[in-house]
Amino acid sequence: MTTDDKRRIMLEKILKDNNYKASALLEILHSAQEIYGYLDKDLLMDISGSLNLPPSHVFGVVTFYSFFKLRKQGEHVVTGCLGTACYVKGVEEIMEAIEEEFNLKRGGSTADGKLSLLITRCIGACAMAPNIVVDDEVIGKATKEIVIEKIKQTLGGIKAET
Amino acid sequence: MEGLKLKLDDLQKIAEQEIDFQRAYKYRINVCCSSGCVPFGALKVLKAFEDAVKELGVDKECKVARTGCIGTCSVGPAVLIEPGDYLYQSVTPEKTREIVRDHIVLGLPVKSMLYKNEAYFTKQHRLVLRNAGKIDPSRIQDYISAGGYSALAKCLATMTPQGVIYEIRTSGLRGRGGAGFQTGQKWALVSRAHNSPKYIVANLDEGDPGVFANRTLAEADPHAIIEGMLIAAYAIGAEKGYIYIRSEYPLAIQTLQKAIAQAKAMSLIGDNILELGTFKFDLELRFGAGAFVAGEETAILASVEGRRAMPRPRPPYPANSGLWQKPTLIQNVETLANIPLIIQNGGQWFSKMGTPKCTGTKCFSLTGKINNPGLIEVPMGITLREVVFEIGGGVPDGKKFKAVLVGGPSGGCLPETLLESPIDYDSLTKVGAIMGSGGIVVIDEDSCMVDTARFFTEFCIDESCGKCTPCRAGLAREKEIFDKITHGQGEMSDIATLEKSSVFIRDASLCGLGQTAPNPVITTLRYFKDEYIQHIVEKKCEAGKCFKTRDEAEE
Repeated sequence: MTTDDKRRIMLEKILKDNNYKASALLEILHSAQEIYGYLDKDLLMDISGSLNLPPSHVFGVVTFYSFFKLRKQGEHVVTGCLGTACYVKGVEEIMEAIEEEFNLKRGGSTADGKLSLLITRCIGACAMAPNIVVDDEVIGKATKEIVIEKIKQTLGGIKAET
Repeated sequence: MEGLKLKLDDLQKIAEQEIDFQRAYKYRINVCCSSGCVPFGALKVLKAFEDAVKELGVDKECKVARTGCIGTCSVGPAVLIEPGDYLYQSVTPEKTREIVRDHIVLGLPVKSMLYKNEAYFTKQHRLVLRNAGKIDPSRIQDYISAGGYSALAKCLATMTPQGVIYEIRTSGLRGRGGAGFQTGQKWALVSRAHNSPKYIVANLDEGDPGVFANRTLAEADPHAIIEGMLIAAYAIGAEKGYIYIRSEYPLAIQTLQKAIAQAKAMSLIGDNILELGTFKFDLELRFGAGAFVAGEETAILASVEGRRAMPRPRPPYPANSGLWQKPTLIQNVETLANIPLIIQNGGQWFSKMGTPKCTGTKCFSLTGKINNPGLIEVPMGITLREVVFEIGGGVPDGKKFKAVLVGGPSGGCLPETLLESPIDYDSLTKVGAIMGSGGIVVIDEDSCMVDTARFFTEFCIDESCGKCTPCRAGLAREKEIFDKITHGQGEMSDIATLEKSSVFIRDASLCGLGQTAPNPVITTLRYFKDEYIQHIVEKKCEAGKCFKTRDEAEE
């Protein structure tokens, strides 16, 4: 059985658990993103067919919510918290430093697909602001030096492209 | 205990058993394992304490508990040792042995590691957060032993739904989600609606950046939310409820999932609650997906139904036509967590706290340039000055206080002269801010108010659902003006344009997001106009945030 088949079986189970109900679309999309990593066109067509919803409806919902990703993410994901507390405490400077150091823009990935830089509107650890999330690890009271060092370590010591 | 079908008298028995069980321990070490402390090693600290009490042979007299937030999020991981409520700050696994040896074995608290800021707690009044940091949120017995579910039992056994609504009305409780609508009145409306089934939706879509009060509540005391929902459902006649929670809050989701499963296993949720044969209720979680506007009450309904979270005009109000066009009660989780207390102690008792028009307490996330950031709960009517300077300890590093932003990204920026304003719905509205969901962000002289207003406008543009023109197009036009001003191309006429368009956006938008989005612009223009003028005339930004070349390169 290929990986794709296994994933499809997992998706089918989620669809079934939700009784193929259109009202469970968000839950199904959440699970689908967990299984596949991101939501591409074929997957969305598949879900729209299974729930008997127009593709435009499914696509409309996916693009409305910022949590859903239409493109594959980099191997490692760095997320900058652009909530109010982090902004006031200077997260913008750290973000600019990351963009410069690793030669990518927020919302994008490096050319080699190793690193993606995203922004989020608050992870809720405001007392430790500014916060940067490297993969699943939250770095609180972050400085650009600490964060860049951490990202370099995460990338496996490979020297960043400049 | 799991799987036991609870009857009315059993609650009391469980509570007594649990209290006896806890009394067997002389000490209790509460380790905060909420989202504020976990990233900084709280779970390792928990494990280290468990090992240390065993190694030092005091595990029979000292209980180590995994609890929710204690409130001092800036000095995490925080650890509270009972009795005596000794609060240790910035605990590391290495320090745990010393704490156990000195405090537990020898009975001598380690003074050098204790949290020093007494004032942080003295002005607070913890009602909603009564159990936060004290009980283990993953054990329903902990909640029951703290009096949990006794309010539900009281309602079902001795009160009519109308009686419950009467108590809530008497309490004067107002919705904590922001708008401040009378909770009792809302319940009465849904209860009178002629249509069934009825639904209840608990709003935990805390989308405001800089706010984490609801998340903390869910992580620290999930059963208080569930009990509040059950009582509300009984009062209005609902049989199905949803908790709508942000997907960005994984720990809160886990905690709630576990709590719901426990409540179901003990028939506190289900077809025959407390075996009385009179009340049934089912509860499900629904996940948000990163849309600020989904906190709006008609938008949240669309999202629960699996659609884009776009608000619709009211009427019809959700009380008559909500989820699937059925009567629906939408309530913020903080409001719900107040309910069990009101039922236990009576509406009269509650109405004496806070101010006459604004009773009770409010949780705030206190962040930004402040010495003691964290989660606080204060009585309504306390002044902003008390919160910022006494509880919060003022601005760090000898910097000068500039403004306080109250109410999230669509709140108002208030200057020092307004710090005497009391915190309640009406007073805040009067000075141009909003209660919102309870965010207080302190801004010092390093921030530029023009840039701050630009930042919030940008946020609201991102989060606008795009349905109505004033919000969709108006905010974008304002952002263009901000870009002009912050790049040295501003004209004096821009100020009047901003003032005028802000009023249009506020008055003509469909929902709360658009109606409050211009608040930061309006308040910064009202209280910090000289900064705008300085940017336009002198092309100067004292805080050094504007006139950067990077943005120009981007254009």
